[in-house]
Amino acid sequence: MMLDAAGWDALRLSLLVGVTATLIGVPLATWAAWVLARREFYGKGAFNALVHLPLVLPPVVTGYLLLILFGRAGPLGRFLEDTFGLVLAFRWTGAALAALIMALPLMVRAIRLAIEAVDPGLEDAARTLGASGFGVFRTVTLPLILPGILAGGVMGFAKAIGEFGATITFVANIPGQTQTLPSAIYALLQVPGGEGAAATLVIWACVLALGAVALSEWLARRVARRIAGAP
Amino acid sequence: MTLTVDISHRAGTFALDVAFEAGAGVTALFGRSGAGKTTVVNAVAGLLMADRAEIRLNETIFDDVRTHLPPHRRRIGYVFQEARLFPHLNVAQNLDYAGRFGARPTARAEIIDLLGLADVLDRAPATLSGGQKQRVALGRALLSDPRLLLMDEPLAALDAPRKAEILPYLEALKRQTGVPILYVSHALDEIARIADRMVVIDQGAIKAQGDLFDVLSDPALTPLFGVREAGAVLRAKVRERAFDGLTRIKTGAGDLHLPGVSAPEGSDIRLRILAQDVMISRERPEGISALNILPARIETRYAGDGPGVALRLAAGSEYLLARITARAWATLELSEGDEIYAVIKATSVAPGSISGAVTAPT
Repeated sequence: MMLDAAGWDALRLSLLVGVTATLIGVPLATWAAWVLARREFYGKGAFNALVHLPLVLPPVVTGYLLLILFGRAGPLGRFLEDTFGLVLAFRWTGAALAALIMALPLMVRAIRLAIEAVDPGLEDAARTLGASGFGVFRTVTLPLILPGILAGGVMGFAKAIGEFGATITFVANIPGQTQTLPSAIYALLQVPGGEGAAATLVIWACVLALGAVALSEWLARRVARRIAGAP
Repeated sequence: MTLTVDISHRAGTFALDVAFEAGAGVTALFGRSGAGKTTVVNAVAGLLMADRAEIRLNETIFDDVRTHLPPHRRRIGYVFQEARLFPHLNVAQNLDYAGRFGARPTARAEIIDLLGLADVLDRAPATLSGGQKQRVALGRALLSDPRLLLMDEPLAALDAPRKAEILPYLEALKRQTGVPILYVSHALDEIARIADRMVVIDQGAIKAQGDLFDVLSDPALTPLFGVREAGAVLRAKVRERAFDGLTRIKTGAGDLHLPGVSAPEGSDIRLRILAQDVMISRERPEGISALNILPARIETRYAGDGPGVALRLAAGSEYLLARITARAWATLELSEGDEIYAVIKATSVAPGSISGAVTAPT
């Protein structure tokens, strides 16, 4: 199951996109999940809807909206380019953003469930023992929701490496630039005789996804053992 | 040390409006479930923002019109009904948790020793018994170096043997640490053993507050305490134990002879005598099997809706509470101020109602 150069590029790019989206997405999703689980504020419903929007919108629509907002002519895209020199449109960074946006609702849901499972009484106890808001989160909530964060992270990673619709709409399908595994498989299937190479990529996609699940299972068991307090 | 509390709070149809003070020692906050006790302690801890709150500990303002000091800056220890130990930390890490946020307790070793926790320091909370968990929670709160300790029904979730296991620790704590305690409970036996002052709260309002011995012997509170639960508490000293198993106990009301006293001779104890166990006689009874007959004067009478009347009796320097039927009151032609004899059956004082650990200060 050897990959050709284009296949390697696609695999490497998918990993890069997936890891970037997960690393940025997990802290963001944890914050959003905490806000949704533990805070009451005006506009919470709207915030919740916004976070979950990519889950219900057609991915192509999400990609189109990203293009409008983050394209070089878009308001946010121009701001990022002028301020940080960061270009998203038709770059791998854009693919990472699309993957992040699409993966975020899945991560938020998993982490929010974990936070809601933490007894608020434990957090109250921590406050009476001298922990400030962030101290409570760092020393009580975060350690207890680590399994949920792991689960959310893996789900987000799997979603990120598999994202297709929003990515191809936002950053197109440029080999070596924005062509991730799914895009490459799709492109190969469009040309006669590409099925063999596509099948190789499909197998690699499966390996990647299963590897992520296995890794998370292993990590989750370690964390669970630590939380249970056994030596 | 004075804690001043004045709160109004409304939640749904429940309205709370209370004002009281708690000083040094143990102040019990008594009320039935739903009376508003937990709302009060949560407001004192800062976990609940009452609609209107003025709460001060000495000169420190916890709450007033402008201020709401966050819980982590109040330096209040809080022991909840459930132990609420952090499951991802072992016992030692739970105990030292407040230390991560700057608490510098002076007597870590003494507190661990006092609560008997030395053997379980590296255990996980999930492996502890209910009583052990509550002792760890107590130690954790104490090791936050608190200026005030709040306890919200700390024994309510425990069965009777576990309760009996913890109570001596609470009594020792009170003697040895000097941290003022606000102790919430609906169990009069617990309160009788450890409290100095008592605040009675019912349906969101204060019904009585003051010295424990006065409040528990207030006949007007009998319906609130429950006619089978109401009873006065006497300060007493254990004298010699007789060959037949009875112990002579000296009280300000006179000597009593009681079975089942385990406290050592010479120790100071508290004796809770239920109102329903006290009979009244006009003359000093002769030829009666009851051993304990104390001269007393009827001080106040409270007639409720039922067939009974509750009487506070002044016996020497102590109060007794008696509950007799309204018919007996009428038949004996009793009235307030009458000199009578209170008859207490020796076996009717339950062993559990005798506090064994309130020994003389050494």
